[in-house]
Amino acid sequence: MPSKPQRFEVILETLIESIALAEEVGMRVAAVAGFGDDDQYKIGLAVHEGVMNAFQYGNKQRRERKIHVIFELLEEKLVIHVVDQGGGFRIQDIPDPREDENVLGDSGRGVLLMKAFMDEVDVLSSAAGGAELVMAKHRKR
Amino acid sequence: MSFKATSREVGDVTVIDMDGRITLGEGSALLRDLVRENLAKGRKKIVMNLAGINYIDSTGLGELVSGYRMIKSAGGELKLLNLNKKVSDLLQITKLYTVFDIHSQEAQAIASFHS
Repeated sequence: MPSKPQRFEVILETLIESIALAEEVGMRVAAVAGFGDDDQYKIGLAVHEGVMNAFQYGNKQRRERKIHVIFELLEEKLVIHVVDQGGGFRIQDIPDPREDENVLGDSGRGVLLMKAFMDEVDVLSSAAGGAELVMAKHRKR
Repeated sequence: MSFKATSREVGDVTVIDMDGRITLGEGSALLRDLVRENLAKGRKKIVMNLAGINYIDSTGLGELVSGYRMIKSAGGELKLLNLNKKVSDLLQITKLYTVFDIHSQEAQAIASFHS
């Protein structure tokens, strides 16, 4: 019989310390979900990058704004949502840092690492208008 | 573990030994200051020894790129030394391995400035 999906949410202040905290929680959830050490590191880094993006670009380092990180443990995958209170962004507008003209630039590497380390990455508009980063890692059977 | 960096001189080459994590808020200012100090002293041959770096994020990668740009625009050269597998993988994913001259032996990294 399929196991019941599990969901929990962490609400963080827009503080630099929240980035490492979210990363640590992400790694622990990944461990509970049965991912191995390498995948735990990758999931942790993806959460780190997602929350860092919310801290810097979404919430613009304004402490009073919140960052919601939601973990959903489904039978086939772990889904992670990172929701900020900024103006939102479109993932297709992020430059590819691997292109020759961007390789020495300052942007795009965070999204690239999330795409490299997770199986699914997308950005939606949250109900409140901010960005809702949704990423998933498939569970191996 | 927070970031630590110290620099030492090997002939006309400066080796910056780093430890810990290079992430947003950890290490970036210290690393930049060390590079700036060396360039101001005319020491433009710099090796960043990442042997003690166990974690780096996209901001940390950006700091390495920023160091590369600073050194290059001052007419110098930057080499990276002792990357662990995680850091090496990140440089592969981001194609930064095409930018940096990467070595696994300090003597080889130092000699490469004079070849």
